[in-house]
Amino acid sequence: MKNKQIYFRLVTLILLVLISIGLFMTYQTYGNWQFALTLRGKKLLAFVIVGLLTSFSTISFQTITQSHFLTPSILGFDSLYVLVQTTLFFYFGQTPTHPMMMFGLNVGLMVLFSVVLFGFLLRKETQDLFLLLMIGMVLGTFFRSVSTFLQVLMDPNEYDKLQGKLFASFSNVDVSLLYMVIPIVLGIILLFWIVSPTLDVFHLGTCQAINLGINVQRFRWFILFLISLSVGLSTALIGPITFLGFIVANITYQILPVYKHRYLFVSSALLSILMLVLGQFLVEHIFHMNTTLSVVIEFSGGVYFIWKLLSERGKILQ
Amino acid sequence: MKKSIPIISLVLLTILSLFIGVQSIPIQDIFQLNETQSLVLWTTRVPRTISLVIAGATISVSGLIMQHLTQNKFVSPTTAGTMDSARLGMLVAMLFFPSGTILVKSLVAFIFAFLGTVLFIQLIRVLPGKNQLMVPLVGVMFGNIVGAIVTFFAYQYQLIQNMTSWLQGSFSTISKGNYELIYVTVPVLIICYLYAYQFTIVGMGEEFSISVGMNYKIVHLIGLLLISVASSVVLVTIGGLPFLGVIIPNVVSLMLGDHMKDTLWMTAVAGSIFLVIADILSRVIYPPYELPVSLIVGALGSFIFVILLVKGAKK
Repeated sequence: MKNKQIYFRLVTLILLVLISIGLFMTYQTYGNWQFALTLRGKKLLAFVIVGLLTSFSTISFQTITQSHFLTPSILGFDSLYVLVQTTLFFYFGQTPTHPMMMFGLNVGLMVLFSVVLFGFLLRKETQDLFLLLMIGMVLGTFFRSVSTFLQVLMDPNEYDKLQGKLFASFSNVDVSLLYMVIPIVLGIILLFWIVSPTLDVFHLGTCQAINLGINVQRFRWFILFLISLSVGLSTALIGPITFLGFIVANITYQILPVYKHRYLFVSSALLSILMLVLGQFLVEHIFHMNTTLSVVIEFSGGVYFIWKLLSERGKILQ
Repeated sequence: MKKSIPIISLVLLTILSLFIGVQSIPIQDIFQLNETQSLVLWTTRVPRTISLVIAGATISVSGLIMQHLTQNKFVSPTTAGTMDSARLGMLVAMLFFPSGTILVKSLVAFIFAFLGTVLFIQLIRVLPGKNQLMVPLVGVMFGNIVGAIVTFFAYQYQLIQNMTSWLQGSFSTISKGNYELIYVTVPVLIICYLYAYQFTIVGMGEEFSISVGMNYKIVHLIGLLLISVASSVVLVTIGGLPFLGVIIPNVVSLMLGDHMKDTLWMTAVAGSIFLVIADILSRVIYPPYELPVSLIVGALGSFIFVILLVKGAKK
């Protein structure tokens, strides 16, 4: 693929993102500019942050696992988030009034969980990546059975309140939190950006990467840690979104068949912002708030996943 | 001698399970029960214990057959979308036949479970077969998708908590008159035993099966049908039991090898033993309340599963 083509596609994406943002920000404001813009601006900021975190973490995760079908959610983060929320709700009724504390607790627990998980496997003789994924998945299922148990015991009215927390939501994001995480997010993005040439080498396969002098084990752990941090942050901010990363990563591979991660990162980040903004627009003006954005994304992502599996028949994915 | 130990322990555990609970039924009074005691014994205790034994055996055997059909050690009704598809069927039944009997609900759940499993088995043929763990991982993704679809509609109709409690594996609601459906799985288990030899051959791969003169496609389809019937019936009457279908067959095959004629009955007995123990635990940990058995199975199961994974990796 020529550089010209790549840039042309990226510029088109940027334009599309700008147009959709313009539409989202100005549609049906009824002259109430000030109010509408602050409200929507807040959501937009959340979209940008979540879009960046999700797309960067998914693309790099798919590169080191060498599979286009997996996303970091398989490590059980979503179930952990649900468990933390459910437990807090169960014991304290309403979640505590310190959003900062809640947020810190959520991110802290997720990062701790991943460090323990990776650390445990790092000490083992066998350092099989898929083993790690499998164990994450098993633990995720265990978390889910504990959450289910607590949820069944709840009063239905209480449960309704909890449900609002368990579905990803952009409308009640705490703005002070958003501003607080911006520097952290920028730091994560920068780190991904710095290591992307090394990630490019991973496209050749693990053996080649070792041959070319990369300390594969150590690099993997570093990337996995970055990924956990990203997923933890984004989940703690808005709630679990499983398939957003999957959708944008795979569309990116389709429209930009290149191996360079920097292009992939930029394109997938743009795509995820585009999807979130348009999805929110649909939810607000077409579905009239009858459903939540996360459910729309999960649903369409799921359909896309199955369609992709079917259409890849016979083609070996690497 | 070796064969008798598990069977004797199962019988002993079953008897123990009958006499544990809030309403005390001392074992020495078995021939002179008063009214209340005999009522409790016959309407809840006996049905509960029977369904425990049957469900444990059914789920383990389903897992075993599934692992042979997909030639993968880590596939089971929970990691291949079977359970989630059955869940979708339950939702459809709830929405379209809200007053339908449990039989109608199970039938719809079975149809969905079957279609979902067939779809998944078709899907994984595409995957590069390099890594054994890839299949269950994709299976979980697939299950998540089906789960998302269920959530989408359940959210619309305010059914989420209802669904959650419906499908949480628990034996506390089992009583005379609402569990009889589980007997459907007994003939299914017998058919599985009759086909054990064929399933073993299918487990060696398509080419091998055809070269020894077996109709691979038909046997495969029969296996899928049996698994779907068994899983959906257990799901509807009891609920989800995570990892039971993975750990029991794996532990048994570590001890007895892979020939199904030898391992099938042992898998069934071991599954029953495991579930009966889990249920006794769920009743004695926090009396007079009981924990749902799926919580205990999930905890024990996850633990054993992780050990199996790490051990398998060491080899």
